[in-house]
Amino acid sequence: MKITVNGKAVETTEGMDLHRLVHSGKADPGRVILVLNDGVVKSDRWSLTVLSEGDRVELVSFVGGG
Amino acid sequence: MDDKLIVGGREFGSRFFLGTGKFGDKEAMRKAIVSSGSQLVTVALRRIDLDETDENILSFIPDGTTIMVNTSGARNAAEAVRIAHIAREAGYGDWIKIEVISDSRYLLPDNQETIKATRILSGEGFVVLPYMHPDLYVAKALVDAGAAAVMPLGSLIGSNQGLKMRTLIEVLIEEIVEVPIVVDAGIGRPSQAAEAMEMGADAVLANTAVADAEDPPLMAAAFARGVEAGRMAYLAKMGKERKEAAASSPLTGFLYDE
Repeated sequence: MKITVNGKAVETTEGMDLHRLVHSGKADPGRVILVLNDGVVKSDRWSLTVLSEGDRVELVSFVGGG
Repeated sequence: MDDKLIVGGREFGSRFFLGTGKFGDKEAMRKAIVSSGSQLVTVALRRIDLDETDENILSFIPDGTTIMVNTSGARNAAEAVRIAHIAREAGYGDWIKIEVISDSRYLLPDNQETIKATRILSGEGFVVLPYMHPDLYVAKALVDAGAAAVMPLGSLIGSNQGLKMRTLIEVLIEEIVEVPIVVDAGIGRPSQAAEAMEMGADAVLANTAVADAEDPPLMAAAFARGVEAGRMAYLAKMGKERKEAAASSPLTGFLYDE
């Protein structure tokens, strides 16, 4: 199944949910703000939200800035 | 001295706002925020790589500090609005610094797109502080659009050039009385921050000059004092510049008068 993560096409397994996606790397999940298609999905909804073909995911975080 | 700054309905004891970019490490940033006495800091929103192991910047910002998310990276009003929406939905974004830039060499703000974004976001209840090129008509349009403050650039972002825009900022200070004027960008030294405050600016926002210093917490404290000194001088009302000398000691009763 193809989805887009931060603008890049990514192949992922059927049934992948947001919780597993966010926890698939080393980053502190507490930092991650997840935007699915056009809206932010709060972390307490991640495990309940299963990705579908063509979904666009943005993983963003607050960083230092002026 | 009871001299509070009020922006967006919130009271600030400090007139120095600090940006959190470019600090070598987050602990130095935290110490700089503390020693600056700043009660408002800016942060940015960026894509995160799931394999990066950076710490959460928010946990290094002292409790009670107002966090203002900037829209850096936005090239037009629509992108700025989207960043603001994400920040708010994530639980942090009522205070927004609008920064719309499409020129990567000079990082000059796009005033027209900034006005559009200000109108949309303030209509949605955000407290909007737009970063702008100092132009009187644009500043008026920003006030009209609901800006909580107007933030003219002192000089190019990160340039440490100081108040290159001095005359134009003075016009804004004189003419824009509805909202505070915050001098943002290019302020490289505490003396330049003091100068902006002596002119009558309501606050100063700095980042690079503090973060790039060898000792950021010490520089943050120096900036805080510069801002305070300038503010006090403004309130005390300074004497006029004269072309000729004006003696400080009495001009009569000299010891050797005949």
